[in-house]
Amino acid sequence: MTRARAFGLILFVLLVAAVGVVLIVLAPQWYGTDQPSARPAAAAANEAMATRKIRATLFYVSEDGQRLVPIEREVPYGEGLLEQAKRIVEAEIGPAPTPLSSALPAGTKLRAVYVSERGDAFVDFSRELVTAHPGGSLNELLTVYSVVDALTANLPAVHAVQLLVDGRDVDTLAGHVDLRRPLPGSKRWVEEPPVAPQTPAAAATSKPRGSE
Amino acid sequence: MKPISLALAALLFAAAVGVSALVSGQAQTPATTPLVLLSSAGRRALPTTVVNNHEMVALDDLAAAFQLSLRDDALAGGMTVTYKGKTIALMPDQAIASVGGRLVSLPAPVIRDGRRWLVSIDFIPSALALIHDARLDFRRASRLVVIGELRVPRLVVRQEVQGNQVRVTLDASPKTSNTIVQEASRLLVRFDADALDTTIPAVAPHGVVGAIRLTDPGNTIAIVLGPRFGSFRASSVSTDAASTRVIVDLLPAGAPSAPAVPGPQPSQPPQAPAAPAPPELFAPPSTPGVRTVVIDPGHGGAEEGARGPSGSLEKDLTLGVAGKLKAAIENRLGLRALLTRDGDTAVSLDDRAAFANNNRADLFISLHVNASLRKDVTGAEVFYLSPEGYAQARQEAAATASLPTFGGGSREIDLILWEVAQMQHLTQSAALAAVVEEELRAHVPMSGRPVQQAPFRVLVGANMPAILVEMAFLTNAEQEQALSSNEFQNTIAQALVDAIVRFRDAIGRGRPSSSTAPSSRPPGFR
Repeated sequence: MTRARAFGLILFVLLVAAVGVVLIVLAPQWYGTDQPSARPAAAAANEAMATRKIRATLFYVSEDGQRLVPIEREVPYGEGLLEQAKRIVEAEIGPAPTPLSSALPAGTKLRAVYVSERGDAFVDFSRELVTAHPGGSLNELLTVYSVVDALTANLPAVHAVQLLVDGRDVDTLAGHVDLRRPLPGSKRWVEEPPVAPQTPAAAATSKPRGSE
Repeated sequence: MKPISLALAALLFAAAVGVSALVSGQAQTPATTPLVLLSSAGRRALPTTVVNNHEMVALDDLAAAFQLSLRDDALAGGMTVTYKGKTIALMPDQAIASVGGRLVSLPAPVIRDGRRWLVSIDFIPSALALIHDARLDFRRASRLVVIGELRVPRLVVRQEVQGNQVRVTLDASPKTSNTIVQEASRLLVRFDADALDTTIPAVAPHGVVGAIRLTDPGNTIAIVLGPRFGSFRASSVSTDAASTRVIVDLLPAGAPSAPAVPGPQPSQPPQAPAAPAPPELFAPPSTPGVRTVVIDPGHGGAEEGARGPSGSLEKDLTLGVAGKLKAAIENRLGLRALLTRDGDTAVSLDDRAAFANNNRADLFISLHVNASLRKDVTGAEVFYLSPEGYAQARQEAAATASLPTFGGGSREIDLILWEVAQMQHLTQSAALAAVVEEELRAHVPMSGRPVQQAPFRVLVGANMPAILVEMAFLTNAEQEQALSSNEFQNTIAQALVDAIVRFRDAIGRGRPSSSTAPSSRPPGFR
């Protein structure tokens, strides 16, 4: 009997101790993260930012599927370089104005953006960028350069862009474009009125036959 | 009382201004162009002022540019300039500076103009350079101050019109390696340097050249091509131990000439007396001719590549054409042809290039089929490597390393980074792409952009002329059907064999076979 009582007492003491820990140690932490002063300020800032927009040049796949078309669009304002870079890449992932299409595979998510001191931006995507990619060098070039060109064209501090997948660098997305190092922006796949001859031979011989 | 004191103050102020104008010298005119400070952080302009025919710079501007701290010594009337604990003392109206106690003379006296201090621009090399951590290289003629160990070769640009063609000569000193690529309507001559010290003369408009300008990232000369431009020839040669001469001949369309192949000089005698003749070819060291061709069937194994609407897979189609091409090269040309894979296996992109390197291939041809989001896109495309993004790696690779030798000691060797081996073959790869495009065009539909440059991984490591051929668009139902047919596959193989023959003959004669211009010097590469 006395043993059972002693046992019950110990149990009771432990219970009280556990409640004490919850009240004194854990509860302040739970509240601390999102309650006291930070929350209203951040929320207000977020609201202000949600309404603020910047104009940015975004790059979508043309109606004929062959090129990137630069389009001026409104993009949510981001506080600082990294946030603004994220907003721009998110806009590239999002729906394109008809009849254009996004060069990034559906389901791709942006994980993070980093920018180094030399102006190399590292854009980390979810694995759908690779697994849902339709393949082909043209599609791959358009995917890569829609991101590279959108960041380099809109953010002067960004000189080159490297795409990462699931936090790691990748060889390529679909077997062609070298993604081991940051790529500088290139207007080669961006729509321009006349197609200039690409090589001396092309210029010297005959006019392009077109894509039919 | 008040009006009087105000008037008095105004009078005093006017007198002070007048006196200071007299003291500081009459004519203070800003210099036409500022000095340019060049460091690893970039370019920065440093405004200057001309006073009594001496070019002066404000100490405040120098302080901002070089992280100097300035202390106006009110008692002595002097100025102390401090940089990391080292000091320079200046006195107004004295043409000297005391650098750590040592006196240095300046060509013009220091000017104190109210709170503004002006010193001769020679203060930079004569005084500041003595206390600054980084090397300061003052290039008076080009109004450039190079800060730190940057490679900024001096580049003299000349243009000569020779009949209907134009020769652009670029003399770089010291010796600087370079690459030439065509990018849309520009020729880019990229020097292996941090910046170029050059003034480019105005170019008279000519049918084949629109303009010549320095372009980003500051180590590249862009020759903007004119409407009549047809092709170019380029050579790069070390004229002596200290300099490199790049000659680019721009030929009009329709001229009997070559695609962008490292050709020798045009046959007419060069009009520039200084032009070295004959220059070395702008080409990597290689043995003449083509003996081994490595064919790379794209994708394989789990990596299926693109997929057609009827389910055809890129990896199967590329393997099919590769087999036919290998047979045609061996049977028709008697050359060695090797495949990077002969079954449905996964081979990494690096291993494919390494396979070609290890087998000492003379040509590398990667076969692919394309895909588009739109079903109606069709046509073949030929790619060679674009150098963007690799410049850095190449620079790092260009450093020499010490290799220990037997018996002690060491010897300097040039490192060629395997990763960027293709960089030295770009001109030839461009030429190969051009002949392949011409041969394909005669037999199969081409895309609107038949020849392109792209940073393709499989090409980067290939230490030989290398191209990637997108034979057709698998996402187009008609082209998918064609790609699966023996007829289309044989046609592609045939066109590639014809192109290899032309390229081989071109190397043998020093230029591709589309050229009819006679060669003035013995054929062959070094």
